[in-house]
Amino acid sequence: MSHHIVEFKDVFFRYSDGTEALKGVNFRITHGESVGVVGANGAGKSTLLQHMNGYLVPTSGTITIGDLTLTTKTRREIRKKVGIVFQNPDDQLFMPTVFDDVAFGPLNLGLDEASVRERVRKALGMVNSLDLQDKPPHHLSCGQKSAVAIASVMAMEPDILAMDEPAANLDPRSRRSLISLLKTFKHSKIIASHDLDLILDVCQRCIVIGGGAVVADGPSEEILSNKALLEENNLELPLSFQGR
Amino acid sequence: MTFDEKYFDIGRLDRLSYRDTFVHHLDPRAKVIATMLFLLTVISFPKYEIVALAPFFLYPVLLLTIGEIPVRFIIKKMIVVSPFAIFIGIFNPILDSRTAAVIFGVSLSAGWLSFVSILLKFALTISAALLLIATTSFPGVCHALRRLGLPPLFVSQLLFLYRYLFVLMEEAMRIIRAREMRSFGSRGTDIKVFVRLIGILFLRTVDRAERIYYAMLSRGFQGDIPSLKRSRIAYRDLAFMAMTIAFLGVFRFFPITEGIGRVAQELFR
Repeated sequence: MSHHIVEFKDVFFRYSDGTEALKGVNFRITHGESVGVVGANGAGKSTLLQHMNGYLVPTSGTITIGDLTLTTKTRREIRKKVGIVFQNPDDQLFMPTVFDDVAFGPLNLGLDEASVRERVRKALGMVNSLDLQDKPPHHLSCGQKSAVAIASVMAMEPDILAMDEPAANLDPRSRRSLISLLKTFKHSKIIASHDLDLILDVCQRCIVIGGGAVVADGPSEEILSNKALLEENNLELPLSFQGR
Repeated sequence: MTFDEKYFDIGRLDRLSYRDTFVHHLDPRAKVIATMLFLLTVISFPKYEIVALAPFFLYPVLLLTIGEIPVRFIIKKMIVVSPFAIFIGIFNPILDSRTAAVIFGVSLSAGWLSFVSILLKFALTISAALLLIATTSFPGVCHALRRLGLPPLFVSQLLFLYRYLFVLMEEAMRIIRAREMRSFGSRGTDIKVFVRLIGILFLRTVDRAERIYYAMLSRGFQGDIPSLKRSRIAYRDLAFMAMTIAFLGVFRFFPITEGIGRVAQELFR
């Protein structure tokens, strides 16, 4: 279990319209670490996350997930290792019922019926949503949707969990229960968010992205208390650090 | 009815399918097959048939009662789509003016008969289809179709249609609200603006489709939406189908209503 690493080495990415989104990203995340990715709008956070499981493939540079180097050939394997939770649960939950949706990943992994049911039960239990399993996603509240979206990824039992703005659209209590939930996961976690307090709570390490490159990388406490650095990147001190 | 109300109304049809009755518990395949046979039988009647169609109302009425589906709701839905049927048949009385019968001195043209026949067939088929959805749920019907051999591609399309109908309507609702808030009365509601709104909705949909596809790929999608078998045909399903087939067969091939009419005439003579 020692090799759930994510390594970006000189990763460049240019969109087909010529926009340079990533300009030499370097970092290495080791097993079990949880890392927050912060940065201004358009800094490249989402592009970065889309590289994690090979939806986008770097124009140059290498990405290593575990012992695999990301190419169009290995990305199917990599998708089994990296689970991505999207910002908008409506994009993530595309099946007609919660059960079907959570079962979608395990079924694609080719598991038999009994283990699929077991995985679904376990994943929904993890996010306290077992009683939702027969509901259609459009009858769920935002908080329930995001819990189910996490379950749908957890059911694939990924080694690494990547999340894009997990707390967007959540009311404070749902956000709080999401934070405690995230703390219970032992996976390597990569969380892109503007919610700096969430990052501070969940992640030990924080990476600041600016202009398509890593601007700062270090312990969350240290980075998120550096007022000058944060303000340079359109961010501000987390509320818990702002004396009132 | 405003757009918002319409939206919640569609959600209602969907919620009805989560009830807990005998009809709801039947295997979706049994219900799909029964509904298909019912539709075929009703359509197979000749153009001027009216009397023999009447007993077929028994089928929707029974489903409605046992399935505890509110009658008014189904009737309202039928009225919404009725213009289609009415416009198909409305010119029949004019075009087909042969006298078919004379009742109390008023001559009735054959066109009227075929018009009424169209309306009856419409009411029967639409109510049967609505009741199928209201007692089975749309995904249930889709899975049944798939297990009955419909190509998976079509079934996936239908499932997405159902899942994203609600999301798209919410999107449209937001756009319409935003327009209404800034259009002050009638301005901003003309066709030009409308066309642009549709364009925006389309673009947003394309973006969303891309994100959904990404989400699917992320979870190992390989071109087919897998599903678990969740139901087995039980004796009650077979019994339900046998009864439906017997019912349809009897009323299709034996002139029961006419017979009852004859008997009644004999009695009251």
